[in-house]
Amino acid sequence: MEAATAVAHPGATAEPAIEARSLRKAYPGGVQAVDGVTFAVAKAEIFGLLGPNGAGKSTTVRMLATLTRPDSGHARVAGRDVEREAAAVRRAIGYVSQQSGVDREATGRENLTLQGHLYRMERGRLRRRVDELLEMLGLTHAADRLARGYSGGMKRRLDIAMGLVHEPRVLFLDEPTTGLDPESRAALWQDLTQVRDRTGLSILLTTHYLEEADALAEQVAIVDHGRVVALGTPAGLKAEVRGDTVDLDLGDRVAAERARDRVAPLEGVVEVSAQQGRLHILAADGPAALPALVGALRDAGLEVRSASVARPSLDEVYLHYTGRAFAQADQEAVGGDGGRGW
Amino acid sequence: MSAIADTYYMLGRLLRASWRQPIWVIVEITQPVIWLLLYGQLFRKVVEIPGFGAHSYIQFLTPGVAVMTALFGSAWAGMGLIDDFDRGVLDRLLTTPASRTAIILARVLHAGIAGGVQTLIILLIGIGLGARVGSGPLGAIALLFVAVLLGSGFAAASNGVALLVRREETFIAVLNFFTLPLTFLSASLMSMTLMPPWMQVASRLNPVNWAVVGARTAFAPMSAWAALGPNILWLIAFVVATSAFATWSFVAYRRTT
Repeated sequence: MEAATAVAHPGATAEPAIEARSLRKAYPGGVQAVDGVTFAVAKAEIFGLLGPNGAGKSTTVRMLATLTRPDSGHARVAGRDVEREAAAVRRAIGYVSQQSGVDREATGRENLTLQGHLYRMERGRLRRRVDELLEMLGLTHAADRLARGYSGGMKRRLDIAMGLVHEPRVLFLDEPTTGLDPESRAALWQDLTQVRDRTGLSILLTTHYLEEADALAEQVAIVDHGRVVALGTPAGLKAEVRGDTVDLDLGDRVAAERARDRVAPLEGVVEVSAQQGRLHILAADGPAALPALVGALRDAGLEVRSASVARPSLDEVYLHYTGRAFAQADQEAVGGDGGRGW
Repeated sequence: MSAIADTYYMLGRLLRASWRQPIWVIVEITQPVIWLLLYGQLFRKVVEIPGFGAHSYIQFLTPGVAVMTALFGSAWAGMGLIDDFDRGVLDRLLTTPASRTAIILARVLHAGIAGGVQTLIILLIGIGLGARVGSGPLGAIALLFVAVLLGSGFAAASNGVALLVRREETFIAVLNFFTLPLTFLSASLMSMTLMPPWMQVASRLNPVNWAVVGARTAFAPMSAWAALGPNILWLIAFVVATSAFATWSFVAYRRTT
């Protein structure tokens, strides 16, 4: 763990692994997919681009991975300019696209071996590396079967293995866990974190799962309509959203309504509502407010049966910065999305 | 040098995939045979038309069908690239340092190998049916060379179109728009001398016809080989132009995807 910590905190002068400055891209037909995106990813950092479908995340990643030419703006990846030094950038990166990039007519091992050859890996080293990755991602038993017969989860793991085969310095993961069940998703998060700790790999992942950004990313940029609307650590972003939610169970409707009137004037309570015997309280500092709340209610002869305190999730953060609930934005995007989730 | 190694690895992938589809192999081999037998029977009597200029239709047809097969096989080459695009394989390859030229070249060679094998089969069956290569083994090699040149040119063009349109339906429409007219605007099935004058002029601009004339010349005694040179040069120019187009289409791809 010491080594990992050392890698995770490079000197302040170290050049970022990824640096995007005012990137813009419009597609034919006038869709402004990316509208001035700026952010930086430190070495050995896991950085999440969070936003609904159609927010411009994939296009941003495609520009950084040299697949798509930006209309304007600059980007450096692994210290090289993505436009002028594309070849050097390509040697340093791994890219896992939103859809699978698996060749179905080849076996898992053949897919990985071809990928390694294209990076000019020495044969012996490549063979060992392929075995190692197959083992790490639980594909050893299927290594010599055609990928045509792989399950969605297996294909996804093979995709990630291909992105890692040449031990890149920067890994781009575009919606890496879409279509995976929760268990595989958690396993993948763990694998990625381990690889990062061991090798100092920098990871840029896009996701429209709030939990994923929260669980995996040290820095998050919330993207909406092609722009970064918020940038920071998940904890920092949540701290900017005022208030925790305190939930109290009073047993019945009458008690809850009496409790509401009692609680509303207390200090630190921002907002309170009663619903079906429960009290929902928005408090500046939930954990600190809880004993006072319970005490005040007991003085009034009201017994609290159970209580819970929730700190704000990225859901609230998203709502705060975009004015829309996340699920709603995602739904809108799906409805208006003509093609491939760009 | 790097492009050659990349081509080798990517060609290996394509050949392995083809070989794993026995039906593809069987169809590729039998289709030209069917054409040769079918057209050979259908048009058997046309040599009797005054002015046709050949005595045996199978002698006339064998180089023509060889060229047609090279055309039709290679014109489909871009279909695999669209499949790679649809499945995300193309983008994966494009983020590696692999040479862009190699991505096209592997598909051109793949089409060329299939076309070469087919031409050889046509040649053997044609000879079995009574066609004679007046110039001997060298003529057979020249025929193969011409067929491979035409095939390479169309395979490159096909890949370029595939990168630009990126949709199967559109690609097939473009393909059909070109292949059949180009075939009939050539001397593959009918003697040039019997074409209306405007068609004769148009056919001179048609790469398929350069290959047909080249292939037929290769079949003739070597004393008549003077016509082979210019046709081969035109075909080489065609391959260079279509390869440049295919390579350029990657630039368009980066701008629009």
